[in-house]
Amino acid sequence: MAYSNKVIDHYENPRNVGSFAKDDPSVATGMVGAPACGDVMKLQIKVNEQGIIEDAKFKTYGCGSAIASSSLVTEWVKGKTLDEAQQIKNTDIAHELALPPVKIHCSILAEDAIKAAIADYKQKRGS
Amino acid sequence: MNYFQLFDLPAQFELDLTELGSRYLALQKRFHPDNFAAGSERDRLLSVQQTANINDAYHSLKQPLLRAEHLLALRGLKISNEQRSFTDPVFLMQQMELREQLAEVSAQVDTEQAIADIEQQLLKQRKLLLNALHHALAAGTAEQDQVAAELVRKLKFFYKLQQELELIEQQLQD
Repeated sequence: MAYSNKVIDHYENPRNVGSFAKDDPSVATGMVGAPACGDVMKLQIKVNEQGIIEDAKFKTYGCGSAIASSSLVTEWVKGKTLDEAQQIKNTDIAHELALPPVKIHCSILAEDAIKAAIADYKQKRGS
Repeated sequence: MNYFQLFDLPAQFELDLTELGSRYLALQKRFHPDNFAAGSERDRLLSVQQTANINDAYHSLKQPLLRAEHLLALRGLKISNEQRSFTDPVFLMQQMELREQLAEVSAQVDTEQAIADIEQQLLKQRKLLLNALHHALAAGTAEQDQVAAELVRKLKFFYKLQQELELIEQQLQD
């Protein structure tokens, strides 16, 4: 299967790979996985007092499309409010990366990862 | 299609693989297209179709995960093609750690030992999950079927890890 240039770019030069310190109260983590392919994705966001995502990092074990989807999402969420980030749709990710139908689940995984991170942040803040 | 019925076996997770194998061979023999070479077009097509069904059924029942999925599907719980993300954070954190361990194997002084250690861990986890799966599927309640489905999902991650481990082992040997 041929990957699009954008997928290859994110795969070869992934943005924002890594982790934040877990005990940092401004950091929230979203963990998701896809049983069908065994992919595991961790997406972390660092949120400032104004509720804006200042920084994001990811770590993904999976195929090129899964890595590219999470890499792209970390770029997209930076500078967004939590509400704006909540609006990111898997279809936007799939469209941007020109994912073929068999790889759509990778973009779903990335959408679910950001939603899980936001939920984790809200739970941490008790709101 | 009920694969258990096809082999005239009880629809349960416990399965005698030797028995399955001999029933598979007997059915294959009976429906082999050669037996219908002189038959009508319709009979020939049916035998080809039946042979394909027998093969699918055999491969699905032989593997514990596929067998569990088939059993759950027969009970009305279809999970084989689900696209829903798995979200158990504790389990996923463990997966992440095992993946990290795998990624570091080639940097270890004693790679063979490192691989053996991970293999042991994976084997132990698979055994625990398979054991729990046996119990959940034997219960036959809707609630326990949900538990079984979750166990199948977890096992899939562990089978994937095993594949990854074997890949690394191969790369190190080359």
